[in-house]
Amino acid sequence: MYAPQILIEAALNGLMTGAVYALIALGLTLVYGVLHIINFAHGALLTVAMFAVWGAFALVHVDPYLAMVGIVPLMFGLGYGLQRFVIGPASHGNDNNVLLVTLGLSIVLENGLLALFRSDTRALDSDAALQVIELGPLLLSTPRVIGFVAAIAVTGLLWLLLNRSDTGRAIRAVAREKLGARLVGIEVDHVYAVTFGIGCACLAVAACLLMPTYYVNPRSGAAFVLVAFTIVVLGGMGSIAGALVGGLIIGVVESFSGLLLGDSLGQIGIFLIFILVLLVRPTGLFGARA
Amino acid sequence: MSARDLAPVLLVLGVLAALPFLGLSGSLLNFLVTTLIIALAGLGWNVLGGFGGQYSFGHAAFFGTGAYATAILQMKLGWNAWSALGAGIGLGALVGLAIGFLSFRAGLRGSYFALVTLAFAEVFRILANAADFTGGAAGLLLPLRPGLATLQFADRRLFVLLVVAFVGVALLASRWLERSRFGAHLIAVRENEEAARALGVDALSVKLRAIALSAAITAAAGGLYVQYFLYLDAGVAYGTWISVEALLAPIVGGIGTAFGPLVGALALQGLGELTKHLAGGVPGVDLVVFGACLIAVIAFAPQGLLGLRRRKRKARAVPVGA
Repeated sequence: MYAPQILIEAALNGLMTGAVYALIALGLTLVYGVLHIINFAHGALLTVAMFAVWGAFALVHVDPYLAMVGIVPLMFGLGYGLQRFVIGPASHGNDNNVLLVTLGLSIVLENGLLALFRSDTRALDSDAALQVIELGPLLLSTPRVIGFVAAIAVTGLLWLLLNRSDTGRAIRAVAREKLGARLVGIEVDHVYAVTFGIGCACLAVAACLLMPTYYVNPRSGAAFVLVAFTIVVLGGMGSIAGALVGGLIIGVVESFSGLLLGDSLGQIGIFLIFILVLLVRPTGLFGARA
Repeated sequence: MSARDLAPVLLVLGVLAALPFLGLSGSLLNFLVTTLIIALAGLGWNVLGGFGGQYSFGHAAFFGTGAYATAILQMKLGWNAWSALGAGIGLGALVGLAIGFLSFRAGLRGSYFALVTLAFAEVFRILANAADFTGGAAGLLLPLRPGLATLQFADRRLFVLLVVAFVGVALLASRWLERSRFGAHLIAVRENEEAARALGVDALSVKLRAIALSAAITAAAGGLYVQYFLYLDAGVAYGTWISVEALLAPIVGGIGTAFGPLVGALALQGLGELTKHLAGGVPGVDLVVFGACLIAVIAFAPQGLLGLRRRKRKARAVPVGA
């Protein structure tokens, strides 16, 4: 059997990865809550953000955490533009069409990156990745601890934004009742685009938190996207709290199934949870809607 | 089915069957086989997605099952290629039934159904990549043994004829869907499931039969693929590329029509080859074009290429000033 220290480390590592997963899932669940649609381009947009972080470091040597200041607004703008000028107009308001347009978008983005950067894997050549924090007998990687704290903080900020600001009220109004929101003067298309932009901004933060310890290639996002889908479904589509709890659960499950089954089979635990939740309780842990 | 329904199918099949005998080069024959196999997978997707309105993002689950069964039964159990291919198609249908039973019973639709099919395909991919009997990450290599019993022909044109025959059967099945009572039920479920139920249509049974037929056709595409290229690994069999190609072809060609998947596959694969030539070996450019086509078709021609023709004809039929 495994020593308790290994199990505790696996659990903590799982929680730390899970928090960043939650951050990725936040954007997805937010977009689902408002637009009622799965954004299939979510993973590809994460890859775009990761390449931006890598580019900022490789070309002008900007620290990935500092790069947040520039990349978050850029990704917000990209998301806003995509929803306003591509996804919205192209889908004619039909749900199946949104599904296909975002799928098309993910194919374009992923392969566009492949054409630009080839399939090589790139990582930041920074020694920050190797720093550790000693916690009694446990060694925790500093970037992952930072990632954990920052991901929880951003989730809290997003909750405040949604519940305490005018923008948040407009977003919730549109999510609840599109027509009613329009009648009281809310510009629905603008709110859609803002929501999509916020989802992409969350991805930008996640990319900045991931890159110090992770690597990027044009398919990187695809590895995260099914994980993010699982979290969103597990937590309940559209639920912020659900995304956080779901993310942490999935992080721990992945960490343990990797420990028990090895790397190649480790991911299967996530997919099995995903299928099970979809089939048994499609509303997830926090979802109310049937 | 009347003669008027059959005539266009026979005409198209005649042209396709004649193509390989026009002195095409080896690479053009390969292109033709690949395109027809994708058209076949698309014809399968179209049964469920086009006529049934259930958008699967994981048809690789069926393609891969057909391919692996065809290869493994020959290599490990010494079956002949014909029965292995037949068993692969049957197994594909069973996998379709199983996934359909689980998903439709749980009431999954729209995005949820797309996601669950995608997840099933991924689970299969991971398992095939790790298991021993699938050859693991190294994949499977069918031994080269030309002969009628092994479905490997020294003359590649014969294989094209075989694929054309399968496409023909799938086209006839699609034609039948357009005309039959079952097809009408399927379309009714697509348009409004509650209303169809209220009229006495057993929606679950209709969707289950549709997914089984859809999976069987796509599994046939997988079986033919491995039989022609003689190599298979988890990324090819269960990878997302085939799921995407299977849905792109009918959507671009004309969703829910018999000929849509064939037209879409020919147009997309042709365009893909052209871009590859023009881009000169830059990877991914052909797929960027595919993705852009998908978005453009949905934005400007939701009925696909065939729909464009029909719209034009309709526009012409309306007298000026009416």
